[in-house]
Amino acid sequence: MRHIGFAALLILLAQTAGALELEESRRYEVADPQSELRVLSTADVEVFEPIILAFQQENPATTVQYDVASSSEVMRGLYEEGAAYDIALSSAMDLQIKLANDGLALSYSSAATESLPGWATWHDQVFAFTQEPTVLVISKAALEGVPVPRSRSALIELLRTRPDIFDSRIGTYDVRTSGAGYLFATQDSRNTENFWQLTEVMGRLNARLYCCSGQMIRDVGDGRLAIAYNVLGSYAQSRLADTPGIEIVEMDDYVSVMLRSALIPVTARSADESGRMIDFLATLSARPDLVAQTGLPAVVPLRPNEAPERRPIRLGPGLLVFLDKMRRETFLRSWVSSMEQR
Amino acid sequence: MRSGDATGSIKRRLVVQLGLVTALLSIAFFLAVRVVAEKAATDTQDNILAASATSIVEAVYSDSGEVRLELPYSAITMLSTVSEDRVFYRVLVDGETITGYDDLPLPEGRATGIGPVFDTYPFRGEALRTVQVARTLSVQDQPRQVNVVVGQTRLGLGAISSRITTNAVAIGTAFFLVATALSFLAAQNAIAPLDRLAQVVARRGPNDLRPVTAAAPVELVPLVGGLNSFMERLRQALTRSEDLITEAAHRVRTPLATVRTQAEVIHRQTDHPASKKALREMIRAVDESSRSAGQLLDHAMVTFRSDQLETQEINAADLLRDVVDRLQPTAELKDIHLALELDDDPVTVRGDIILLQNAVRNLVDNAIKYSPADTDILIKLSGEGACQMAFIDQGRGFGEADLTQLTSRFSRGKNVDDVVGSGLGLTIADDVARAHGGALDICSNQEGPGACVTLVLPLS
Repeated sequence: MRHIGFAALLILLAQTAGALELEESRRYEVADPQSELRVLSTADVEVFEPIILAFQQENPATTVQYDVASSSEVMRGLYEEGAAYDIALSSAMDLQIKLANDGLALSYSSAATESLPGWATWHDQVFAFTQEPTVLVISKAALEGVPVPRSRSALIELLRTRPDIFDSRIGTYDVRTSGAGYLFATQDSRNTENFWQLTEVMGRLNARLYCCSGQMIRDVGDGRLAIAYNVLGSYAQSRLADTPGIEIVEMDDYVSVMLRSALIPVTARSADESGRMIDFLATLSARPDLVAQTGLPAVVPLRPNEAPERRPIRLGPGLLVFLDKMRRETFLRSWVSSMEQR
Repeated sequence: MRSGDATGSIKRRLVVQLGLVTALLSIAFFLAVRVVAEKAATDTQDNILAASATSIVEAVYSDSGEVRLELPYSAITMLSTVSEDRVFYRVLVDGETITGYDDLPLPEGRATGIGPVFDTYPFRGEALRTVQVARTLSVQDQPRQVNVVVGQTRLGLGAISSRITTNAVAIGTAFFLVATALSFLAAQNAIAPLDRLAQVVARRGPNDLRPVTAAAPVELVPLVGGLNSFMERLRQALTRSEDLITEAAHRVRTPLATVRTQAEVIHRQTDHPASKKALREMIRAVDESSRSAGQLLDHAMVTFRSDQLETQEINAADLLRDVVDRLQPTAELKDIHLALELDDDPVTVRGDIILLQNAVRNLVDNAIKYSPADTDILIKLSGEGACQMAFIDQGRGFGEADLTQLTSRFSRGKNVDDVVGSGLGLTIADDVARAHGGALDICSNQEGPGACVTLVLPLS
């Protein structure tokens, strides 16, 4: 009995020392397993499950282990813990680029990855497979009789003139804790002159800060929030059916398009094994059924002059800039002082 | 004429040597392009790296005693505009890393505000080109040394380099091919005067010993000079021997005429049959000798005139009629009938009248000589295609003799031992025919016995 207890303690120690903080974990067994694909992802199991099942239909001898963690945990696990995974899927483009830039990803190239548009891959190591715009989610009830803001200036104007509606009822990411929120905020700060003004206005109206898009959408649906800024459009879209009170607004002036991307960590068993999943994801646009089931819009080539306000965030070392320790400190300091100006 | 054994070809040697030079130049060109282009590509990367590092070092500021940096977005994106290279940076203040990759080694060398220091070393599994720039910042009256290191992998550089290599190979190959083709043409052009000279000499007739006057390049002037002086000596030697023959013939003919006259006088005065017979034999021999001497003279004249023809329009029928009239007495001595068969249309040739008369006379004379008494000699003129003058006798023909040898000097048929002759008649006719661009056809008479000789001349 003592031995068993000792062993249990050891296992527990081992797990807490190296282990990642997983939010969810699911194993997709097959009848006659020949190989195993360990996936570390930031996407919820229920969102991603159709893709895994479809992948297993094409690769019936591959067991898939699907672990879900936050983007910062994914980064920490791969960067610091050396966690063994065959593929890492993340919405945090900057962290994916940092992993690849710092030499923690394997190169992979195939006809499928070659067919991706140039802006959707970097260094044959980071492969975007979805393009998800950030949107404004509004509560129809709260904004009844009020014009729907289509641009950031219109939003600032609306927030200023109607504190009665918006006080304590604005939701946005807490950029200190959310990787995706930090990415969107820094991109906004680069792309629109109104960003800091908007942050100040939100701070004055006691905006509520969130870790994730899901919660924000839920709170808008509940009527707790009148408006949620910089929500992932794909999540909002998938919640639209069971959350009747919300409306999705895409801005006219500028829309950050986040690219969910995959990479093969250096801890992968073999780049070619992992490559089959990369190929499957890179050709997601050929599976409209999966796009519909998951609500994840596949990467499609941009046509010139088509929706110039929708700009995919550029994959590349530029994303490292806001990961710079000092730059991040400076940015967060400004953001906090704008947001918490009581 | 036999040619000497050929030892190599000037043209081939020229082409091979020029080809080798071209190949060397192509390789040198390829290497030069590569070196220059790689240098340019490296310099470009270095310049961008230096610009990036400079913009970072300029963004360093001090804030209430603390050195801080707002990493410029463009400092990093300027490195990734062309290629998807990995980027590393490190910012140090007085040797302490304040941000960036603190394991990024400093480039070897010192940077003390004079200029950027570059280095290449492996980092995290790939070759990295790094630059370091420095700046001094005064913080609360204390000078602080700020160093910025920016590194970039050389993937884009490798791509540029391989593109340059491909282009350099293509250009070098094209250069080689074009230059080889041009050198082939140049070689051909260079030896063209030699070819021309060879053709000028080869085209000459057998008796044409005039000096070569074709324009020749300086290098060939000694050869042409040597050839001309050789030909001049040859011509003089030939002239001398022809002169000798002419002189000899002249000198023999005059005494022979005296001997003949004297013999005839004695023949008339004597009644002794044996002496008469001997005298007749003597006269006949003297006749033959004087005829031979005449032919030698004719031949020398033909050889002389062939070099410089005095051409004029000649009516072939008139020519034949004239000669037949002149030889009619000789023919009648043997009761030989000379039959002239002319074309209805006038046949004209361009030629030297004296030479043509000589040729025709010798042919008719030959025919008379070898024809038995009381026979016909048919002289036929036809203007079909060329001027063809056929002389057909009913004599013994040429027997088994080699027809091609008959026109050589002093060559005679094998069946003529009983007839005195020099063997020059056909030679003269043949020389004249050749001098006029024509030919002498010899065949045995197809209708019965006899010989048929045809003088073929081009129509004017």
